[in-house]
Amino acid sequence: MALLEITDLRSGYGAIEVLKGLSLKVEAGEIVTVIGANGAGKTTTLMTISGCVKARDGRISFDGNDLASVPAHEIVKRGLAQSPEGRKIFPRLSVLENLEMGAFTRNDKPGIREDIEKSFQYFPILKERQKQLGGTLSGGEQQMLAIARALMSRPKLLLLDEPSLGLAPMIVLKIFDVIRELNRQGMSVLLVEQNARMALRLAHRGYVMETGTITMTDKAEVLLNDPRIQAAYLGE
Amino acid sequence: MQPILADGNGGALFWELLVNGLVMGSLFALIALGYSLVYGIIELVNFAHGDLFMLGAAMTYTLTALAVSWFGTVTPGGMSFAIVLGLLLIVPFFCGGANILIDRAVYRPLRRAPRLVPLVSALGVSFVLVNIGQLWIGTSPLSLENKAQLVSDDSLIQMGEVPLKWKDAVVLITVVPVMVGLTWLVKFTRLGKAMRATAQNLVAAQLMGIGVERVIASTFFVGGYLAGLAAVVYTLKIGRIEYQMGFQNGLYAFTAAVVGGIGNIPGAVLGGLLLGFIYSFGGGYSQGNWVDALIFGVLIVLLIFRPTGLLGSRSREKV
Ligand SMILES: Nc1ncnc2c1ncn2[C@@H]1O[C@H](COP(=O)(O)OP(=O)(O)OP(=O)(O)O)[C@@H](O)[C@H]1O
Ligand SMILES: [Mg+2]
Repeated sequence: MALLEITDLRSGYGAIEVLKGLSLKVEAGEIVTVIGANGAGKTTTLMTISGCVKARDGRISFDGNDLASVPAHEIVKRGLAQSPEGRKIFPRLSVLENLEMGAFTRNDKPGIREDIEKSFQYFPILKERQKQLGGTLSGGEQQMLAIARALMSRPKLLLLDEPSLGLAPMIVLKIFDVIRELNRQGMSVLLVEQNARMALRLAHRGYVMETGTITMTDKAEVLLNDPRIQAAYLGE
Repeated sequence: MQPILADGNGGALFWELLVNGLVMGSLFALIALGYSLVYGIIELVNFAHGDLFMLGAAMTYTLTALAVSWFGTVTPGGMSFAIVLGLLLIVPFFCGGANILIDRAVYRPLRRAPRLVPLVSALGVSFVLVNIGQLWIGTSPLSLENKAQLVSDDSLIQMGEVPLKWKDAVVLITVVPVMVGLTWLVKFTRLGKAMRATAQNLVAAQLMGIGVERVIASTFFVGGYLAGLAAVVYTLKIGRIEYQMGFQNGLYAFTAAVVGGIGNIPGAVLGGLLLGFIYSFGGGYSQGNWVDALIFGVLIVLLIFRPTGLLGSRSREKV
């Protein structure tokens, strides 16, 4: 059984329906990417999985359990964490406190300490900046912090929304290296990206999303070489 | 509120007004915290907060009357001490609980509505609470002191020429530990961390696994608790309650919250104290005629030069 399996999912905001019967899955150990134009509903998909936007219909099953009726704050405990679009760092908490917030559902102090050290290894700049307030970090540093914070709950599946947005290519490469490394250690990843080329190079499989549904799915390298994808999303 | 009468002795008057300012300031601060905590977390100006304070005063009166009918006459001493303690235990819980209920029934269903909707509802809640107060304690002022002399008129200590009266001491003895406790709660407890995170970014807090609805309910409880506490010590100090007392005190406290920087906890305390001193000195030296003009004059001038209040963050970090 897939780690995450979404079937005919519908959700939206008020009178607006954004997801119109979306289905996708992530197998354990996979990196899966969702690409699509602005406003296709990628962020809404991740927010619905995390429980911040209510699912109106369809199924979200994670690790064998139905998530539809689980409140947002319980979902983290099940092993699902998100680094959201726009980073959403706590601006008036220090870097260290931001990381501690990521471990809010845990109470094994030594384990938390260990994981903070681990994030400092992945992102040494965070160690230098650990006393600084989150709101004063640069965009790239905030992105690293958002990912590190999500990792603090030791998720089985990490949801990443636009981790490359607005960052210099060097930093994007670094962040993608970390994601690859985390995946090698067993964590599954669902990655939403504007930068379709990089995302497809990193991922095992990909989905193409258009106005609330999946229109295409295949192995990442197949999508990379598909002329329709190249024309629409890779700018060739 | 009563103007403070000049007694002709300049130096002593100054010190008396200073003590009075400190005491009134602590009261304003307690109420202001309720505005600020709730605003900090859901950006709602809870206009009904002052009226919750009034209901706390009504509860204080009713419980005192009840105790008197049980025990007979109560004069300062062991029994009155027990009653004051009882009031300080019960009334804050009553107001905290009521505040949770108000949030659950009125504001929570509107959580995702445009900002103006809960704001107007808060005005509605304010009217409802005033009406409840009217039914509960009637329309004419009630004197607690006709029921029981819970706190003596004597001085606790004499500092030179200036007495520190028991009635003022009770306020300070109650407020200071509570402020320390609140600071500890917000800074060091799990709930406090969850409150700060939720205030800074509600969605991110949810993604961290924080039950934000429970945090919001707790915030309403804490705000109501402080209003209840303020209601008890206010009633003990002033000795007189009426159903409209929530409006003026609420307005002062809200002003204090804005002056300090709404959403900011030390700011609410600072704003409360500042307002208390303006209230006391302004009232003392002008026989009470200029208090409101002074307070709102300061508010206007301050907001021109520091629109976010004394301790408010210069820009709200919203990405
Ligand atoms: N809070 C909201 N209230 C109302 N409509 C919203 C809200 N958030 C998103 N939408 C709408 O839902 C649609 C999908 O938005 P979503 O953010 O999921 O797109 P996206 O694929 O992530 O786009 P992008 O690539 O620009 O991030 C858009 O039309 C957007 O206007
Ligand atoms: Mg998006």
